[in-house]
Amino acid sequence: MNYIASVGSYALMIKEVFKKPTKWSIMKSLILKEIDELIYGSLGILIFISFFIGGVVAIQTALNITSELIPKNLVGFATRQSIILEFAPTFCSIIMAGKVGSYITSSIGTMRVTEQIDALEVMGVNALNYLVFPKIVALMLYPFIIAIAMYVGIFGGWFAGVFGGFSTSADFIEGVQLDFIPFHITYSFLKTIVFAFVLATIPSFHGFYMKGGALEVGKASTTSFVWTSVVIIIINYILTQLLLG
Amino acid sequence: MIDVNNIHKSFGEAHVLKGVTTHFEKGKTNLIIGQSGSGKTVFLKCLLGLFIPEEGTISYDGKIYSDLTPKEQRNLRQEMGMVFQGSALFDSMTVAGNVMFPLEMFTKQGKSEMEDRVDTVLKRVNLIDAHHKYPSEISGGMQKRVAIARAIVMNPKYLFCDEPNSGLDPKTAIIIDNLIQEITQEFDITTVINTHDMNSVMEIGEKIIFLKNGLKEWEGSKNEIFKTENKAVTDFVYSSDLFKKVRQMYLEERN
Repeated sequence: MNYIASVGSYALMIKEVFKKPTKWSIMKSLILKEIDELIYGSLGILIFISFFIGGVVAIQTALNITSELIPKNLVGFATRQSIILEFAPTFCSIIMAGKVGSYITSSIGTMRVTEQIDALEVMGVNALNYLVFPKIVALMLYPFIIAIAMYVGIFGGWFAGVFGGFSTSADFIEGVQLDFIPFHITYSFLKTIVFAFVLATIPSFHGFYMKGGALEVGKASTTSFVWTSVVIIIINYILTQLLLG
Repeated sequence: MIDVNNIHKSFGEAHVLKGVTTHFEKGKTNLIIGQSGSGKTVFLKCLLGLFIPEEGTISYDGKIYSDLTPKEQRNLRQEMGMVFQGSALFDSMTVAGNVMFPLEMFTKQGKSEMEDRVDTVLKRVNLIDAHHKYPSEISGGMQKRVAIARAIVMNPKYLFCDEPNSGLDPKTAIIIDNLIQEITQEFDITTVINTHDMNSVMEIGEKIIFLKNGLKEWEGSKNEIFKTENKAVTDFVYSSDLFKKVRQMYLEERN
């Protein structure tokens, strides 16, 4: 029953986020601040992880090619497919649920605990629009960092494959270009946009409606990470079935 | 002036306010006192429009809150200033940013006009040197003064304070009390203070309401509270030996 009530509250929150907008001059600076915090601030960790995961995918694939009949360009092909279809949009979003999601929940939760949200509401400010809307807008730029993650991931695969002696540069690049289906990029970005919305709103929901003190802020951050990850994984399954199935 | 007529508020099974009727006068410091759990905070949040009573009405200079449209309610809220128990300053903004926030949100004033207004209110609360500091860089008493400055920057008609002295040393608490009283008289606003602090009751209690178990048990002024025979009030207000002696001396002097 509690889960159903939470889904209802979440839906009502989303409706409220788009009501009674904050003055544009203020909203503009809030959006830029969130882009800096949520997008630019996540670039480093995603580049770092993408490079090494791409490398590991290439090595694992190469080590599993035991038959001479399997073409050597499979390393590049498998790396590209893994990175574009799953690693960059889904795995990165789970990482972001930990990094950005916890930040959103704890910052909004702390504002709740210290009565800053009450202060906004007393002034007549739509606190949900003021706090959550800029995060949604900022995270609509999330596909850009996922595009970078895709590029860096494939580069990491090439680097590990070539310099680790698992593949030649020519074989790897041939594999990357082999049977390329442009719709896979569309599919990946569609997923990313949906995940971005989830990343902005579920942690905000857990922060905004939390009750208690500092300990509960920590608990809310953990719960928010778990639920954001669960929802991302379920949506990933549904979208994959709908778009590729 | 705020008129409260028979308000009831419940949370599930808990009936917190059981029919409170009173009024708060303009230009006076009105205090709400009572033990923890007596319904003071819920009452204050009803006055602020954060909680909607199930029964009864609250009217602000004749305007009944529940009869107003959402837009009129929002406009009315902009005539209210609130000082929260923990100050509730925005951590990410400087002192000046916090005070300027309501002006940026709700007025069409230019930057220099807003800065002038911020200077004026910060001068009024003796904080002109703290402009560029962040809330974490100033003391609790200074944070309270910033909160007061933010609450009065829009020239409110109504000022609400939730335990403005909590966590402050006695000297700073008196400074805050006096500042609130001076501002109330200077700007002729209706001020309602929720407090546990008996020093505040004795210093600035022009009208005092004592809540007990969600009901108004007693009301009167700071002079009347010395003379009252209401046991619940005397047990609460004069629970310390010091205040018992103060009361005794006051009554002896009167006789």
